[in-house]
Amino acid sequence: METLRPILAEHPFFKDLDPRHLDLVIGCASNVRFDADEFIFRQGEEADQFYLIREGMVALEIFVAGRGPVKVQTMGEGEVLGWSWLVPPYRWMFDAHATELTRAIALDGKCLRNKSEQDHDLGYQLLKRFATVVQGNLDAARLQILNIYEAHA
Amino acid sequence: MKPMHEETATFATAAPMTPIFCRVLKTRPETHDTFTMEFEPPEGAHAFAFAPGQFNMLYAFGVGEVPISISGDPDDPQTLIHTIREVGAVTHALRAMKSGDLAGVRGPFGTSWPIEEAAGRDVVIVAGGIGLAPLRPAIYSILSHRENYGRVVLLYGTRNPDDILFRKELEGWRARLDLSVHVTVDRALETWRGSVGVVTTIIPRARFENSNALVMICGPEAMMRFTILELQNRGVGLDQIYVSAERNMKCAIGLCGHCQMGSEFICKDGPVFRFDRVQRFLEIREI
Repeated sequence: METLRPILAEHPFFKDLDPRHLDLVIGCASNVRFDADEFIFRQGEEADQFYLIREGMVALEIFVAGRGPVKVQTMGEGEVLGWSWLVPPYRWMFDAHATELTRAIALDGKCLRNKSEQDHDLGYQLLKRFATVVQGNLDAARLQILNIYEAHA
Repeated sequence: MKPMHEETATFATAAPMTPIFCRVLKTRPETHDTFTMEFEPPEGAHAFAFAPGQFNMLYAFGVGEVPISISGDPDDPQTLIHTIREVGAVTHALRAMKSGDLAGVRGPFGTSWPIEEAAGRDVVIVAGGIGLAPLRPAIYSILSHRENYGRVVLLYGTRNPDDILFRKELEGWRARLDLSVHVTVDRALETWRGSVGVVTTIIPRARFENSNALVMICGPEAMMRFTILELQNRGVGLDQIYVSAERNMKCAIGLCGHCQMGSEFICKDGPVFRFDRVQRFLEIREI
């Protein structure tokens, strides 16, 4: 687990995190790998982890009857995948599958929730960081809806 | 690299309001609403010298005139190339032209992408939709003098895969080892294997040195605004960013005021601006 310390410490998501809190996070972290086309999670399943993608690409999809899976977003190196572990009812809203060989660090959501209940400073730090991730995704989703490339005479 | 402005100045200023007659060589579709036109040089001239980022006024006789960026290779000025989106009467008339038809051309006008200033630095090119067309001459120019630059990154976003411009060329650029190309679409079809999400989402994935990069952006204003915010998040300074602005241009020589944005005339002081020079104007909705 100790080998994850430098990776997590250098990751932008955990930038400037107090070393004491980093220790708590490391205790909930593990290295994971997904082959191309392997599902990372599926809609409706319990959301018990989030991922820091180190390499590869992940597609977030929603299944549409009669059309099949529709890709709504892809994520790559350095990005943070999943926040449903943070919000009740802790269920994934989308499918996520690796579109190519993907390596990531998985962080156990239950483990972090429990530690955050005991140490609210850690909880605040995590929420603050996730607020930025959520805001970025929300901005991007709004731009997607806007159809900014539409032609105007 | 030799500046093109001096060469082009004579052509642009000799009789800037008088179009020259140019014959259409060919027209080819790029996407469902975008096409590329090639013109022969006018009689008596052997080339259209221009700088990347400049535009011409194209005149469909009897219909009207529109400003269109030049999308060809500045190092190969024997053919004048424009990539045009069909959005109104003039562009509709241009699209209907056949080989051998005559159009009027005035130009080239305006400022150019900072190709020389980019020498020795990482170059990041961010294009949205038809915005790739005005940037293509800059890409040609950089690639033909590739050794002069650090990392070169192209980030391109469109609505969907069918709207991707210059697809074959993009595939060729992507295959190069000295150019990093990231393409993303807002909406994917089932068969699309690439990136999905707005162009701003691929900025964090691009590898370039924040402190020395020079960024050139062209696309819808909303896209440029969010792109600049994302670049700022990465630590890129506003003085490292150049944008191509768009307003309703008519005379193209800074007389009529149609394209005025604050103290700047897009046609003559732009269309390419260092962002910090026009930032305050882009924030005012009334202009």
